[in-house]
Amino acid sequence: MFEGFLRNRRVQTGLAIFGFFVFVAVFGDLLLKLVGFGPLDVDYDALHTPPGHGGHLLGTTISGQDVLAQLISGARGSMAVGTLSALLAIGLGALIGVSSGFFGGIYDTIMNGITNVFMTMPSFALTLIAAGYISAAGGPGSNAMGWALMAFLIGIFEWPGMARYLRAQTLTLRGRDWAMATKLLGESRWRMVFSEVFPHLLGIVSATFLRAIMAGILAEAGLNFLGVSTGGVISWGTMITNAQTQGALTLGWWWWFITPGLAIAFIGTAAALVNFGLDEVTNPKLRTGNTRAVNKFNKAQRKAAAVAD
Amino acid sequence: MTTAANTQPPARRRDDARDDVVLEARDVTKHFEVRSKQGTRVVRAVEGVDLQLHRGEIVAMVGESGSGKTTVARMLSLYYPVTSGEILLQGRPVKSVWGKAAKDYYAQVQLLFQDPFASLNSLKSIRHILGRAVKIHQPRLGKREVEQKVLGLLEKVALLPAEQYIDKFPHELSGGQRQRIVIARALAVEPQVMLGDEPISMLDVSIRLDVLNLLTRLRDEDGVALLYITHDIASARYIADRINVMYAGEMVEGGPSESVIHTPQHPYTRLLLDSSPNPDRGIESDQGSLFDEVGDLGEPPSLIEPPRGCRFNPRCPFAMEICTTDKPERTEVSPGHWARCHLHTVGGAEQLRAERIQFGVPVEQVEAELAAVTGDDEPHADVETSTVALESQTTDRIGGPQP
Repeated sequence: MFEGFLRNRRVQTGLAIFGFFVFVAVFGDLLLKLVGFGPLDVDYDALHTPPGHGGHLLGTTISGQDVLAQLISGARGSMAVGTLSALLAIGLGALIGVSSGFFGGIYDTIMNGITNVFMTMPSFALTLIAAGYISAAGGPGSNAMGWALMAFLIGIFEWPGMARYLRAQTLTLRGRDWAMATKLLGESRWRMVFSEVFPHLLGIVSATFLRAIMAGILAEAGLNFLGVSTGGVISWGTMITNAQTQGALTLGWWWWFITPGLAIAFIGTAAALVNFGLDEVTNPKLRTGNTRAVNKFNKAQRKAAAVAD
Repeated sequence: MTTAANTQPPARRRDDARDDVVLEARDVTKHFEVRSKQGTRVVRAVEGVDLQLHRGEIVAMVGESGSGKTTVARMLSLYYPVTSGEILLQGRPVKSVWGKAAKDYYAQVQLLFQDPFASLNSLKSIRHILGRAVKIHQPRLGKREVEQKVLGLLEKVALLPAEQYIDKFPHELSGGQRQRIVIARALAVEPQVMLGDEPISMLDVSIRLDVLNLLTRLRDEDGVALLYITHDIASARYIADRINVMYAGEMVEGGPSESVIHTPQHPYTRLLLDSSPNPDRGIESDQGSLFDEVGDLGEPPSLIEPPRGCRFNPRCPFAMEICTTDKPERTEVSPGHWARCHLHTVGGAEQLRAERIQFGVPVEQVEAELAAVTGDDEPHADVETSTVALESQTTDRIGGPQP
């Protein structure tokens, strides 16, 4: 069912953008050597210079740190926390939502109860408290913790909404005639859930995944803003936070906050583009023919019409 | 109750098909619990149904909507667990609904769905839909062998050329083509029994016959036993070797098709036959009178509180005292043809062969009742004159028509 998925123009673009940021995140150290500045190196000769001056391609911050270098090293923290927390959230949400919708009964009642309890929790406040507690436990003066832990804390409070979503959708899918037909063929439960029912949920899953990545990146930025940091690691969130607290907005140093903002927006776009492709997978009716072939056909037809006239 | 030995081979069954029962339902009952503000109530959807399906035989089950036909099919396909009674496959009782036992069951029993637009997974190609059905029951087959099987199935259901259909998606096919895919999917497991739950009712009239012929071909060539559920007694007569009639969750009559159609032994069967369109009647009498003679035919009873005794008694023109108290026993009228009606135990069955039976409340009586309600002594025999009289009265009062 995924044939043609990778040949879709939009999917290609989305994956290219996403791949670019993953590349930056993975090979950040090498790229930093190319840039020539470290993310925390201070250039006293170039405080808050606009892009292009003094060898700073994207300008500098108020303390003379290179924005491009920060952007590169920030990619790792933001991408990792965002993606990991989203994966955790969607994983838990899909597992609990789909299974309780599918199996029903007492299992469903219990799981639904847990979901509801988690839903009513003030998740951000709890994340903050837990994060603060854990980072404080790291030792006196240390308010740092690993980004994996940060991602876990964000993800663990993000799944209930997805679980409810997917449970409701699974309930309607389970009762369809074709689901009954699959069962009456003697199909195993696992294949029924994963091969037959789950593809129908892919549209929702991918859309919520996109939202979860963005939410993860923003939550990380928010936690940084409130003083729970990931051990001096620079992320796009910390960049935006610093830009805001140090007056970049009012003083018009746009390069400082627009660049990380754009990076986040690009990832969102990439996810949306991949999403369109997934939509065509989950709804075969959207599938159009090869655009080039269609254009060729249309052109030929027009030509034939012109000749007939 | 179960007079299993009474089933003589029906006329149309093939000679080599011995009297071997493939699938059997013994006294199966299904009650659904409905929770409402008034507390839990029980819907007695199916009560004490016996059914036998023989190899190479088509058995029709007819009855109006809500009579429990589909519930029987779903119990036979293990989708609903039975409340009581048992289902036997090749003489062995069936218990588990999941796991290997269920898989073995579904290797022999398949359900044909009513709605071809809902019963195919829209995300899967025909290759997957049929290929999976083959693969589940023959896991050792390689990719090429499965493809060969799928092509063979498509040919069997006359979707030709098969190569053109194999990579299509359900939304690219018409209703009739989809229903053929549904049949092919059921055939993929090479079943002994197919349970057709109104398999042609959603199809265009022009392709119904094709599908019916396809089903008869499967019976004749592969010896598949088919339970054909329908509310269309004409198609049941066309296709089935035996016909069973259901009313309000109970089986009221059963027997060889021609015998049931020509000599119905239960008033409800007679009502069903009389209400199916018959071109001959239209020619003999003028069109209007066909509908004039039908009064209020009544409705099927509530299955939460079904009538005592025979469930048909509130609508039955021959209802007697005993019908409201005792449940009629199964009586064999001729070889293989039985009915549950007190007319056969008390006497008076010859009334069923009358030329015309007045079902429900006669038209005259309905009119008389209406007249009584409106306070008019005269029955509305002559509507035209009475309205004219009314008009003249009003004009008199106003003072005659204006010039």
